[in-house]
Amino acid sequence: MQKKQTSAIDTVEITIPAKAQFLKIIRAAVSSICEVRGFCQDDLNNVILAVDEACSNIIKHAYGKETDLPIQAKINICETKFEIFLKDFGKKADVEKIKPRELDDVRPGGLGVHFIKSVMDEVVYENSQENSNVLKLVKKNNQK
Amino acid sequence: MELEVIKKEKFSILKLSGDVDLYSSPQVRKKILSLITKSNKNLLVDLAEVTYMDSSGVATLVEALQLTNKNSGTLRLYSLRDAIKDVFELSRLDKVFNIYENEEQAFEGM
Repeated sequence: MQKKQTSAIDTVEITIPAKAQFLKIIRAAVSSICEVRGFCQDDLNNVILAVDEACSNIIKHAYGKETDLPIQAKINICETKFEIFLKDFGKKADVEKIKPRELDDVRPGGLGVHFIKSVMDEVVYENSQENSNVLKLVKKNNQK
Repeated sequence: MELEVIKKEKFSILKLSGDVDLYSSPQVRKKILSLITKSNKNLLVDLAEVTYMDSSGVATLVEALQLTNKNSGTLRLYSLRDAIKDVFELSRLDKVFNIYENEEQAFEGM
C-alpha cells in the first residue's frame, strides 16, 4: 500500500499589511487553494473562516490596531491536508490565555478563537522566536 | 459590502450584501445602532446576499439583538445562505436568534 504524501507539493506565500481591508486577499487565496485541492464546500468555508479569524486576531491583539506591519502567510499545499503558517511581529501572545469563551455567555465578541479551534484539526501557537509569533493551522482533506 | 434600509410603519428592514467582516462590520454596526430606537425598535435583517460573515459580523448582530431586547423590540434574521447558517450554528447562536427561511416567514406577525 502506497503511503500518503504528507510533505508540501508547493508553497504559496502572501504578505499583506495588517489592515482589515486586505483580509479578503488572504480569504481569496485560501479559497482558491482549497478548491484546487478538492476540499468539500463545508471544509473550504471552515478553513477560510479560521484563517480569517486568525488574521483578524493578529490585527486586534498582536498589533493592537491596523498597521503597515505585515501578516505573512505561508501555505503549504499538501496531498492530504491544508497547512498554513501565519507570522506577525506584534506583541507576544500568552499562549495559556488563548482560550475560547463559554458559548452560553451570549455577548458580542470573543468567538474567533472558538471558531478556529472548532474547525481546524491542528492549532499550534509558536512564539518561541524573539521578534515574531507564528500560528500553524492544519486541516486534513477528508476527500483524499 | 453594501447595505440598504427600507423603513416600514412598524419595523425597519436592513438588507446586507457582500462580505461582513472585520473591515465592514463597523459600518453595519453604525447603521444598526442608528436604526434601533425606542420609537422604531423592530429590525429585520435580510442576509440573502451576504456571502461571508466572520465573528465581528456575528458580534454586531449580537449587539443588535441586545439593543432590541433592551427596547422590548424584535430582531429577526432571514434568508441565510448555508455558509452563514453554519457560522451561527458553530457559535450556537442559531438557538438565540430568531432566524427565518425567507422574507415571507420573517414578516409574519410583525
